[in-house]
Amino acid sequence: MRRTSYLLTVLLLAATACGGHFPQTTLQPKADFGFAIQGLFGDIFWWAVVVFTVVETLLVVTLIRFRARPGGPTPKPLHGHTVLEIAWTLAPALILVFIAVPTVRTIFSTEAPAPAGALKVSVIGHQWWWEYRYPDLGITTANELHLPVGQPVDLTLTTADVIHSFWDPAMGGKRDLIPTHENHLVFRPESTGTFLGQCAEFCGASHANMRLRVMVQGDSAWKAWVADQQALPAPVKKGSLEEQGAQAFQRYGCTGCHTMGDMAHGIVGPNLTHVASRTTIVGGTIVNDSAGLARWIGDPPGTKPGSLMPNMHVPPADIAALVAFLRSMK
Amino acid sequence: MSAVHAPAAAAAPATGWKSWITTTDHKRIGMLYFFTAFGFFLIGGIEALMIRLQLAQPDGRLVSADTYNQLFTMHGTTMVFLALMPLSAAFFNYIIPLQIGARDVAFPRLNAFSYWVFLLGGLFINASWFAGPLFHAGHLNVAPNGGWFGYANLTERQYSPGPNIDFWLLGLQVLGIASLAAGFNFIVTILNMRAPGMRMMRLPVFSWMTLVTQFLVITAFPVITVALVLLMFDRFFGTHFYLPAAGGDPLLWQHLFWLFGHPEVYILILPAMGIISEVLPTFARKPLFGYTVVVYSGVLIGFMGWGVWSHHMFSVGLGPIADSVFSGTTMLIAVPTGVKIFNWIATLWGGQIRGTTALHFAVGFIAMFVIGGLSGVMHASPPADLQQTDTYFVVAHIHYVLFGGTILGLFAGTYYWWPKMTGRLLSETLGKWHFWLIIIGMNLAFFPMHFIGLLGMPRRIYTYSRDLGPGIATLNLVSTVGAFLIAVALLVFIWNLWRTRTHGQPAGDDPWGGATLEWTIPSPPPPYNFEFIPTVVSRLPRWSTTQMRAIPEGSPEESLPHVPSGSIWPLVTALGLPVLACAPLTHTLWLAFVGAGLLFFGIYRWAFEPFEV
Amino acid sequence: MTHAAAEHHTSMGVPSRKMAFWAFIGSECLLFGSLISTYLVYKGRSVVGPYPHEILNIPLTSFSTFDLLMSSLMMVLALAAVQRGDMKWGKIWLLSTALLGIVFLGMQTYEFTSFVREGLTLQTNLFGATFFVLTGTHGAHVTVGVIWLLTLFFRALQGKLGPEHALTVEISGLYWHFVDVVWIVIFTVVYLIQ
Repeated sequence: MRRTSYLLTVLLLAATACGGHFPQTTLQPKADFGFAIQGLFGDIFWWAVVVFTVVETLLVVTLIRFRARPGGPTPKPLHGHTVLEIAWTLAPALILVFIAVPTVRTIFSTEAPAPAGALKVSVIGHQWWWEYRYPDLGITTANELHLPVGQPVDLTLTTADVIHSFWDPAMGGKRDLIPTHENHLVFRPESTGTFLGQCAEFCGASHANMRLRVMVQGDSAWKAWVADQQALPAPVKKGSLEEQGAQAFQRYGCTGCHTMGDMAHGIVGPNLTHVASRTTIVGGTIVNDSAGLARWIGDPPGTKPGSLMPNMHVPPADIAALVAFLRSMK
Repeated sequence: MSAVHAPAAAAAPATGWKSWITTTDHKRIGMLYFFTAFGFFLIGGIEALMIRLQLAQPDGRLVSADTYNQLFTMHGTTMVFLALMPLSAAFFNYIIPLQIGARDVAFPRLNAFSYWVFLLGGLFINASWFAGPLFHAGHLNVAPNGGWFGYANLTERQYSPGPNIDFWLLGLQVLGIASLAAGFNFIVTILNMRAPGMRMMRLPVFSWMTLVTQFLVITAFPVITVALVLLMFDRFFGTHFYLPAAGGDPLLWQHLFWLFGHPEVYILILPAMGIISEVLPTFARKPLFGYTVVVYSGVLIGFMGWGVWSHHMFSVGLGPIADSVFSGTTMLIAVPTGVKIFNWIATLWGGQIRGTTALHFAVGFIAMFVIGGLSGVMHASPPADLQQTDTYFVVAHIHYVLFGGTILGLFAGTYYWWPKMTGRLLSETLGKWHFWLIIIGMNLAFFPMHFIGLLGMPRRIYTYSRDLGPGIATLNLVSTVGAFLIAVALLVFIWNLWRTRTHGQPAGDDPWGGATLEWTIPSPPPPYNFEFIPTVVSRLPRWSTTQMRAIPEGSPEESLPHVPSGSIWPLVTALGLPVLACAPLTHTLWLAFVGAGLLFFGIYRWAFEPFEV
Repeated sequence: MTHAAAEHHTSMGVPSRKMAFWAFIGSECLLFGSLISTYLVYKGRSVVGPYPHEILNIPLTSFSTFDLLMSSLMMVLALAAVQRGDMKWGKIWLLSTALLGIVFLGMQTYEFTSFVREGLTLQTNLFGATFFVLTGTHGAHVTVGVIWLLTLFFRALQGKLGPEHALTVEISGLYWHFVDVVWIVIFTVVYLIQ
C-alpha cells in the first residue's frame, strides 16, 4: 500500500514540471489518519487508471478502425446486445464493490472516537484565525497547533461565527467547524516537523488568509513548550520601551479584545500572552518579527481584508513601543 | 440583441423588434435563448479569466479579496443558471417540437414568459456589478460574494451586510420561476404533442433526456426556492431559520441546497448526453446501440440523483453510517453512467464514422467526461473526499464534467443543428480549429488543477502563499494559459458564427443524413414547421436499411397550417418579477405594489386574450 | 377564452392544460414538503416561548378546516353544474366556494393577529418563523384560489363562462382541492400532533 502511494507521489511529481517541495501536500501524510486515506486513495486511483486506459483506448481504436472510407460497406444496423449490456453493467458494479468495501472500513476506522489518553485540544474557528485551547494544560494559543509526536489527539471543533473547516493535509482529512454542532478530528502524528494547513470552507472576505500550522514536537521540545506557555512572561522593565508599549496597549483599547497575561482578558481576538513565542501572526500569513508586527498594527484591514481589528491610526512611535512590548511576550 | 435578427428572421413572415418581443414561436424563442445564454456564457468566461489572472502567480493582487469573492461567486452562478441551463433550453426550444413532429410547444406564451423571466433575472443579478453607488457602498461592484452555494450562516445579514447576497437570493428566485415554467411546458409538450405513431419508446433520446431533465427541474427548484425564501426572511424580516443563536441550524441550508444541487448537476448534464446520443448515430450511420438501456439509464440517473446530496457534505461530520450510505448511493450512479458510455462506444463500433466537427465534439464529450466521472468516484469515497473536497481537485472534477461534458455536448449540438436553425452550415475548418483549441485549452486549464488540489491548495481563495511550493505556482500559471487558450477557441467559434451568416454553405433540408423528423423539413423551418404532421412508424423514421426513407404524411389540412399570433403579455407579466424583487432590495414598498400590479395585469390580459394555438 | 390546446391532438389523451396542472401540483408538493420538513426539523427547538401548545387554538382551526372541506364539496358541485350546463347553479356553487375560502382567510387573519397580540411573531422564535411562513404560504395559495374562483364567477355572470369551459373550471377545482389537501396535512402536522 505504501509502495502504491510512493508510486503515486512520484507520478505526480514527474508531472509537475518543477517537482520539488510541497509543504501542504496531501500525498505525504505524517499521521495515521493521513496514511489511512492515502492507502484508500491509492487503491481507487489505480482502478481509475485502469478504467481510464480501457475506455479511452477502446474509443481511439474504434475511431481509427471504423473511420469512414469511400466505398466502405453500409454499417449493420445493430440495435443492441443483451449479453453485452449485462456485462458492462456488472463490470463497473464489481469494481465499485472493490472500492466500496475498503471505503466503508476506512470510514469507520477514521471516524472512531478518540482512544483513552488522547490529548484534548479545543479548536475554535474565528473570522479569520484559529484559536486552540488545551483544557487539561490550561494553555490558549492561536494559529500554530503544537502537538507531541506519537500521542493520539482529539480535536474538538467549534466556531465563534460562521462555518470553517480545519485542514492540515499532513495529518489527514478536513472537518467542518459548524455553529451548534461539535465535531471531532482524531489522529496520531507520527513524525516531528511543521506542517502547513488552512481553512477549507469559504468563510468570507479573508478566507484565503486563515492559515494554520501543525507543529509536531519530540518529547522534550513539547514539554518545554508546555512549560513556557503555562508560565507568565517576565514583567516589563520600568522605564523601558516595552513598558511604554504596555501602556499603549491599554491606551489604544487593545485590552478590550485580547487577553494579555494578567493585564487583559478580552476574548474577541487571539490571546497574546505568549505572542512572541509564535512564528507567525495574522492567521499565519505574516512572519512574526518587528516588521511584520509593525505592518499589521499600522493597517489591519489593509493587511487582512475584512479584519475585525480596525485601523487605529497609531503613530510610528507608539507602533515601535507596541512592537517592542509584544516581542517581549515570550 | 440585434445579432438575433439575422438567422431566423429571414424565414419568418413578421420582422422588426416588435415581432421579437411578442413572439411565441418556439424557434425564435430558441434563438433568443441561444444568444442571450451565450452572452452570459461570455460574461462568466471573462469572470473566469480574471480569476485565472489573479491566481497566475502567488500573492496575486490584480483584484481585491472582496472583488475576487464576487468573481468566483458570479462565475459559478452565471455558468450554472445563466449559461448552461439556458443553452440547453435553446435546443429544447428549437429542436424538441421538430423532433416530435409538433407545430410548437404546448404553451407558446408560457414559453415566451420563461425566456423573458430568464433574461430579466439574469440582468437583475448582473446589475449588481454596477449597483454600488445606489447602495452607497463606496465602490462600483456589489455582486454576490457568498459562493454559488451561498452557505448560511455566512450569508446572513450579520456576516454579509451589503446588498450582495440580496441580489443573489432574489435573482435566483426570479430565475427559478423561468425554469419551472419551462419545465411544465416541456413535460406536456413531450408527453402530449408527439406526432401520430411516435410512441414513447420511439422518442429520440435527446427528447427523452429533456423530459427527464424537466422532471428534475420541477421537483428540484421548489426545494431551493424554499431555502432561498427562508434566507430572505432571515435577511429582511428578522427570522432565525439559519441563525444558531436562536436555535436555527445552518446545516438546514446545506441539506436543502444540495437536495436541489445534486439533481441540478443532472439537469446540466442529461441534455448534453441526449445531444450526443443524436450526433453519434448520425455520423456513424448506425442506430444508437442499446436505445432502451440508454433511455432507462438516463431515467435511473434522474431518480438516483435524489439520493446522493449528502456526498457534498462528507466534511460536515454526519457520522459513519450516513457517510457510508451516501457513499454507496453515489458510487451506484457510476453504473448507469458507465453503461451509457459503453453504449455510445458500441454505437461507433462497426460504423462508418464521418469526422465532422459535431462528431469531434461528441467524441470529446466521451473522452473528457470519463475523466470527470473517474475523479467523481474518487471523492465518492468519504475518506478520500476529506482530502479533496474544497480543494482544486474538485474544481478539476466539476470542470471535466460541466465543461468537458456539458459544454462540449452543447457545441456538438450547435454544429449539428445550426444548419437546421439558420439554413447554413458552419465552417468545418474553423470548427476543427475551435475543437482542438478548446480540447488543448481545457486540458491545460483543468488537468493541472487535479495536482494543485492534491498538493494542498484549497478552492475559493483569492490568493495563495509562495509557501505552498514553487510547483504550485507553475501549475497555476499553466492553468491560466489554458484558460486563455479556451478564450481563443471561443473567438474562433464566434468568428465561425459570424461568417456563416453570409458565407456559410446552404444546408438544404438534411445536410447530415439524420434519422429524425427535424431533417424532413426545410432549414430553417417555416413558422408552422410541418406542412403536414407526419406519421411515425419506427424509432428512426428517416432510415431504412438501404436508403433514406420518405415519411408518411398525415391527412392534409384544408388550408396552410395556422400560425399563432404573438403576444406582449408574457413580457409584461415577466417584467413584474424583477420589479417585485427590487422592492426588498431597495426597501421600497411602492415597488412591490407596482411589481404585483404588473404581474396581475399581465396575467389577466394573458388569460383573456384571444390566442389560437 | 379560447383554449384551443384542448381541441388539439394529444398523445396521452389528456388535455394539455390539465396535464401541465398536474405537473404544477407535483412541483407544489415539493414546495410544501420542504416547508413542512423545515417545520418538523425545528419542532421543539425554539429557545424562547410562546410554544405551540400554549398558543394554538384547535377548536377554531378545526372549524376552518371544516370550512375548507366544505368549500371543496362546493367546488365539486360547481364543476358538476358547469359540466351539465346548469350555469345558474354553477354560479351559486362557484360563489359559495369562493366565499368559504374568504371565511377561511378571515379566520386565518384572526388567528395571526391574535398570535401577534399574544407575543408570537415571525421574529419571536423558530416556532413563530416556521409556523407563519408555512401557514402564510398556504394562505397565499388560498388567496390566489379565491381570486381565480371570483374571476370565474364574474365571467359566468357576464355570460362568458359556459359548459364549453368546463375544463377551465375543472383545473381551478384541481387547484382548490390541492390547497385543501395541503391544509389537511398542515392541520395534522402543526395542530394535531404537537
